[in-house]
Order: sequence, then structure tokens, then C-alpha cells
Amino acid sequence: MSDQELKNLVAPIDGANRRLHGFEGDLHTEPMRIQFGPSHPATHGTVRIVLDLDGERIVDADVQVGYLHRGFEKECETGLYYQNIPYTDRLNYSSPMLNNVGYCLAVEKLFDIQTPPRCQFLRVVGGEISRMVDHMLAIGSSAMELAAFTPMLYLLEGRELLLDLTDALCGARVTTNFTRIGGLCADMPEGFKEFAIPRLDRALKLVEDADKLLTENPIFRERMEGTGRLPAQDLIAWGVTGPILRAGGIPYDVRRVQPYLVYGDLDFDVPVGEHSDNFDRYLVRLEEIRQSRRLILQCLERMPDGPVDSDDPRVRWPAKRRVYTQMEELIDQFKLVTEGGYPPPGEIYQAVEAANGELGFYLVSDGSGRPWKCRCRSPSFSNISPMNLMLKGGQLADVVPTFGMINMIGGETDR
Amino acid sequence: MSVDKSQASSEADRSSGQPLSPMMVRVRQVLGELILEHRCFRGDDRIHVARERILEVCQKLRDDVELAFDLLLDVTAIDYLGQPDDFERPREIWDQERPVLRRHPARRHELVLPPRGPHPRFAIVYHLTSTTRFHRLRIKCRVPEDDPTIASLTPVWPGANWLERETYDLYGIRFIGHPDLRRIYLNEEFVGHPLRKDYGKFDEQPIQPYVGPGAKEPRRPH
Repeated sequence: MSDQELKNLVAPIDGANRRLHGFEGDLHTEPMRIQFGPSHPATHGTVRIVLDLDGERIVDADVQVGYLHRGFEKECETGLYYQNIPYTDRLNYSSPMLNNVGYCLAVEKLFDIQTPPRCQFLRVVGGEISRMVDHMLAIGSSAMELAAFTPMLYLLEGRELLLDLTDALCGARVTTNFTRIGGLCADMPEGFKEFAIPRLDRALKLVEDADKLLTENPIFRERMEGTGRLPAQDLIAWGVTGPILRAGGIPYDVRRVQPYLVYGDLDFDVPVGEHSDNFDRYLVRLEEIRQSRRLILQCLERMPDGPVDSDDPRVRWPAKRRVYTQMEELIDQFKLVTEGGYPPPGEIYQAVEAANGELGFYLVSDGSGRPWKCRCRSPSFSNISPMNLMLKGGQLADVVPTFGMINMIGGETDR
Repeated sequence: MSVDKSQASSEADRSSGQPLSPMMVRVRQVLGELILEHRCFRGDDRIHVARERILEVCQKLRDDVELAFDLLLDVTAIDYLGQPDDFERPREIWDQERPVLRRHPARRHELVLPPRGPHPRFAIVYHLTSTTRFHRLRIKCRVPEDDPTIASLTPVWPGANWLERETYDLYGIRFIGHPDLRRIYLNEEFVGHPLRKDYGKFDEQPIQPYVGPGAKEPRRPH
């Protein structure tokens, strides 16, 4: 770093910005530059924000990401298609099942595989549980960063109840590895419906309690209303999707506009806001929790019988009993494990609605068992890119609620 | 969308033999000669355009009322190192043309670089969608290795800013006209671009000492 750059870090910024924003003659303030992060107690993610302040007003903000860059795409290029599924858990680690589903749908589109209906219903159940968990964590931790600690505890208790369901479905709480190409890791356990419904009800009761604690809370409203505002046309121009875009009044939800799995047959509402501020983003997330519960209950009600795995021999491993007794199945399993399936050469893009917006996987196949390119279009990355526009002109105290409601997940943004 | 059905079915796609979707019919009307090639695989429409015309193409796609591609989802690149052309060509052709390349070299010195072919090495890929019409389109531009530049899309969609910075960081494609083309994930001292195929998976970079405010004096050796 040069001397000049060093000086810029510590010296006050040019006073021209003050005149530009009409602060001349106002209370005497010194323009200054402060570093927010990379590890700040009031952010639940690793991000560095360089703020240029005039008093407490933000003149400019430079958001710097990349502290969690692990080379997801490079790693995927060297793995077989089925070996990359566990990496997707680590993209958005608060809703891992949605990433599993998105990746497997993309690979299935490349192979042109249809999964059985029971598998599709179960994927919706798993995905919506993850969406509830993600929204509860986003609301709870944002509230905690605004010094409301009780809702966080309520929502974490609800999250634990829902993670019990995740545990029952796949045996893990967070690193789920739930889906397989053309199927799932396992069928749902016996009695899952009776196990799930009371827990869902109790989790929703806790969400309603948190709702009562927060929505009419004057301090919470004061911090959230009108802060982090960005008009809808700017959100679209910056590629923002998910609850943030819907809080701006645009009903763009991939589950609705391009239904995948069984979302086309299920009954759910897409909540939209109107003010495009942090409070509407909070309300949209709150309503989506209720809608997700509706979706899960419908799926459990209408769950068809049958297999959960497709019988496509290119990707499905043969049954264990036959592997131990039959020569052909033994060879088949050996080849599938060591070489994977061979998709046709081509390229596809598959989008799903993740908790933060459109999650897309763009796979390029050269006909071998490994993807030539595996690109993840992560919603958090596009959502946080206009954050400096949301912050500009606001107060320093608005950084925390805005960042909380963007809900940047480091694993997904930095990949 | 007011598109004549008979017109849609009469114009058959050359690559797949499928009838064109109404969206593609309109894209052909709007862009005309700007489309070098159109392909459709698993229902994903994709057009190839010349890199000199990319800004013009995107402006037309965004501003057309019937297409209304207002949301730029993704910008990325593909490194076709040692590959003749598109993977979707008939297999027997590209198997003959493909030179020998060890698929996943662990280190740079283990890599046997294939001879440079006549095809441009990189492809830049854009994914578009519309928040009102809900259709999707993919645009590809080929970019040669010796001049990896293309016009920035930030005048059309400001959201291209970070996505192009990422592509620059990981592939070394320079976007002309970008307001702030810095590395986004890696540090400024990083040498090379890790998603290029000639960057080994286990290649290491030296650890850079911290030089910002409050940096400590380097410790003297014993």
C-alpha cells in the first residue's frame, strides 16, 4: 500500500462532500472514514464496509466481500456430479436443503431425468423447512442486533424444533446432504407426519410471539421503517431478487412464475410490500414463514406413495442386496462410484427460489463425468451489491438493520 | 404476447428441429442479423452474438416492450482451453479435433498445454430474465485469449458491476468502460486468475503481510 493510500485511511476525507449534501452551516462535524467489519459484533457475516461519514450521516460506503472465498466452482470442476452435492450445503448454510434441491434439479435437467412424485413432494417439504429456518434466523438475529434479545431466543427455539424435522429427514441438522441425483438420501421415516405437525405448530406459535414482540414495538419500528430504502426499478436494475425485491412490490417468485417440482399444484400466496424499506422486508419474511408452513402441511396431506428414487440407470446405484449377490450390479455400482454418470454434452441453467432470492446453477458439460463448469448464481451476491445505495444519505445506525435485512450469507456470497 | 402461431411453427430451429418459442421469434425480429447462432438445449434458449455488438444487443433486448429483459441475473465466463468449439457439436467431430489435455492438473508445471486452436478461448455468458414476462435467455460471446476484453454492461444494467468484477477476478476478462474494475474476492497481490483451466487446483500464492494502519514491524530473525 502506498503512502498516499495509507494517509487516506486515517486522514479525514475531503470537505467537498459536506457542501454537496447541504451540511454547510449545520452543526460542526468532521468528515471521517471508519471501518465496519470484517468481524463486527453487530453483523452476522464476514463483510467489510468502509464508511465515509459526515457526523453520523453516511456519505459513501464501499462494501467489500470475499473473506469466505473457498473456490466452490473450481472444486466442483474436479468432482463428479454426485460428489458436489455436499459442497452445496455450505453455500447458504442456514437453508442447506434448498441448495441441495437446486443443484440436483440442475443436474437432473442436464441428464433429463424425471423424479417420482413422492420425491418431489419430499423435496418441497425439506426446502420449505429450510426456508422457515432461514427466515427465522434472519429475523431473530436482526432483532438481536437491534438489542431485542427475547425474540431471538424464541425464534432459535422454533428453529431447533424445525431442525429436529431436518434431522428426521436426513440425519443431520445443518450439513444436510439431503438430495441425490434422481432422488433423495432416504425416504421419510415412518410416522413423520405425526412427528412434524405438532412441531410446526409450536414453531409457528413462537413466530407469532416474536411477531407480537417486534411488529408493534416502537423502537424496532423506528429503526426499521424508512431505512435502507431503494425504489423497485433500482432493485431490478441491480439484479436483486427474493424477499427484498418482493418488499418493493414486484411479485417475482420463481416458485410462482416458473413452477418447478410440484409448486404449480400447491396453494400459496406470494406476499409483497410497498415501501421497499427494511420494515417491509421483515414483514415479507414473516409472512413467508406462514406460507411455508401452509406448503408443508399440504405436501404432508397429499404425499403419494411410491418410490423416492428414479430408476434411471445412469445415476441410480443398484440396490445393496443385489450388489452383494450379482456380478453385473457390482460392476455397475463400481463404475457409478468411480466414474459417475455421463450426461450428454450441453449446457443448462436451472433456477429455484432460495430463501434470499433466485438461486441458479449453470452447468456446462463436455460429456464426461465431471462438469466442465459449475456456476452458482447466488442471490446474496447480487442482493448486497446495491447496499451502498441503500446506505447513502442514511445514519450510521441504519447500517445494522439494513445489513440484517439483506441477510447476506457469507458462504453463498463468496462461494 | 401477440405472436402469430403459424409463424412460430414455420421457423424451425436448425439445431434441434424444434419449433421456435414465441419469445425466440420476437428475439429474431428485434435482433435480426445480430444473432450469429441460436441453439436450444433442454428448453434453454441461447444466442451467440459478436462481442463488438453486445452493448447494442442488450439495449435492444431490455428496451423492447414485448421482451422486456429487465433483470440481469448473471455474468460469467467459460474457459474452453484446448477445446475446439462448442461441446454441443456432434461428438465424433470434436473427439477427433480435441488435443490431449490432462483434465485436472494438480500443479501448473504438470500441465501439458495444448496448441492454440483457431477458436477463441473464452466465452462470456449472460443470463437474462424478465420480471413481467418471466422468460429467460442466455447470450454468449466468444473472446480470444490474446485480447480478453469486452464492453461492460454497466450502462444498461448497473447490477453488472459486481458480476463483471467477479469475472475479471476469476477469469481475467477486462470489461471496457467498467467504472470500478477491481478484484472482488482475491487480494490485489494475487497473481493469475484461478478459474482459468491452466491454473492448477493446488497452486499456491505467497502469504502477503498486512500493511494497513497499525501494522507491526517485521520481527527480526534470531
